[in-house]
Amino acid sequence: MASPAIETRHVNKYFGGGFDYLRLLPPPFDRLRANGAKKGPAHVLRDVSFAAQRGEIYGVLGANGSGKSTLVRILSTLLLPDSGEARIFGLDVVRQSSEVRSLINRVSADPSFFRNMSAVENLLFFGRVYGFSPAEIKRRLPGILARLGFEWERALEPMSHLSRGQQQKMAVARSFLTSPVLMLLDEPTTGLDPRSKRDVQAFVRQVRDEHDSTILLTTHDMEEAELLCDRIAFIANGRIVAEGTPFKLRERVARGRPVEEITMETVFMELTGKRIEEDEEEAEKVLAAR
Amino acid sequence: MLNIAERTAQPGLIRGPVTLAYAFVERQTNLWKRYWAWELVWLVYGVVNTLAITFIAKEAEQAGITTDASHLVLFLLLGTLVWAYLSAVLDDISLVITWERWEGTIEHTLMAPVSRAVHLIGMSIFGVLHAIVRTLLIFAIAVPFFSVDLGQANWFAAAVVIVVGSASVAGLGILTGVLPLLYPERGTQMSFMIQAVVLLISGVYYSVDVLPPWLRVFSYISPATYFLDGIRGAIIDGDGVQDLLGTLATLVLFGVILVPGSIAVFAVAEKWARKTGQLKRQG
Repeated sequence: MASPAIETRHVNKYFGGGFDYLRLLPPPFDRLRANGAKKGPAHVLRDVSFAAQRGEIYGVLGANGSGKSTLVRILSTLLLPDSGEARIFGLDVVRQSSEVRSLINRVSADPSFFRNMSAVENLLFFGRVYGFSPAEIKRRLPGILARLGFEWERALEPMSHLSRGQQQKMAVARSFLTSPVLMLLDEPTTGLDPRSKRDVQAFVRQVRDEHDSTILLTTHDMEEAELLCDRIAFIANGRIVAEGTPFKLRERVARGRPVEEITMETVFMELTGKRIEEDEEEAEKVLAAR
Repeated sequence: MLNIAERTAQPGLIRGPVTLAYAFVERQTNLWKRYWAWELVWLVYGVVNTLAITFIAKEAEQAGITTDASHLVLFLLLGTLVWAYLSAVLDDISLVITWERWEGTIEHTLMAPVSRAVHLIGMSIFGVLHAIVRTLLIFAIAVPFFSVDLGQANWFAAAVVIVVGSASVAGLGILTGVLPLLYPERGTQMSFMIQAVVLLISGVYYSVDVLPPWLRVFSYISPATYFLDGIRGAIIDGDGVQDLLGTLATLVLFGVILVPGSIAVFAVAEKWARKTGQLKRQG
């Protein structure tokens, strides 16, 4: 049986805390610790387990600071989990990171390009490090840019001359250029104007329909999650609290009400006990206190 | 149906390490062209620095401290030129992580399916080529200011020293490049500090013989000491490759130890950075 595109089992991740040197002090100096004791590490992912099947668009929906990006960074091999395991098409992201890297690509909220290089120069570099020849990249690029509604002439200008929306479209182009079998989209439409947002969303749907790609989409945009995802997991305080198709999730909280009248916002509120904005505020308070 | 095993081992997709390393050379060349104003700044700085230090030899002659200024001129001129070369190589390589953080591309570059060894070697090749071009320009501009006799210089031997010695310098650059990986906020300054120590102990502007014995010991473990010895031997004394075999062998030894050693240290540091979440853009 084929492995799921993504499979995580009991993944935990902690940040910060460091070593509490004051702990070593003998009495009576240990009283210093009362004021100076370090806060423990932040538990940013808590026992995260889920599986996304091949060809699926799997959404991870949660507030800012809920652990979505940490999860994506673990799947991208940029961060090591403290416990548990994560597999991409059966390959362990820690022990088989090189193989995993050849299967994935990522779009994050920050386009992340060399600002003074042109879009084409950037894409040539990122294509080359994925093993594609310049000729191959130049052959594929115009088609991808056209599908994103991007003019070729603009792709020859430095990235710093492009608008935020255009830069984000280039980030999407970069990831699809390398034909990843798993695409990690980490809030890809955050900060985009409505038109750019629609273009990116349409492209994601088109890629899913035409290619054998699996997509993991993290977002705090309820509408986007419902529009694009086959299944959605709600994440709050680093823990996955619910998972299912948008319909099943709505059905779960309907309790006699017509399912079509239930919004994703309502589902999130009922399953996590708070609105997404409240969850964001709580996450910000935790971060500020650290 | 997609075959994952084929995909991860597809020979056409994951090309040879040379092609992958060249991607970094090409990218840095594109960046270099885009940041031409900075290049101009460093070129002017290099020329002024070379002239300012070499004029000290003229002053020494005028003040009667030495009667043969020409030897001192050439000694200082080569010292400043070699240091311009070494510091350019060290800068380019040691900023491998800093540069990515600054541009905000660190996560996308480090998650690409290219081994870190190939990445670092690609950056080192660019660093060496870049430093050669910059140093040759400084040399061409600075030399006419002084009446130096280069008649007995053995240019071939000097080129061999540069080629052989550059591997050890690249290794040192990779080692200092670990610091920004470990300390995102202060690592770059720490790598400059290491450069300053190399400048002090390697006999760039003076012979290492003038150093206090306890400090001179450190000059033996700096590849820059042997690099400078080799270049001065080839250009001032006209030594050939045969005469420089001992120096060249030492440089080879440094390269053999430093290149794989520094890549291994970098890999350990990268693992720690992945554990602690340091592989991300700062600021």
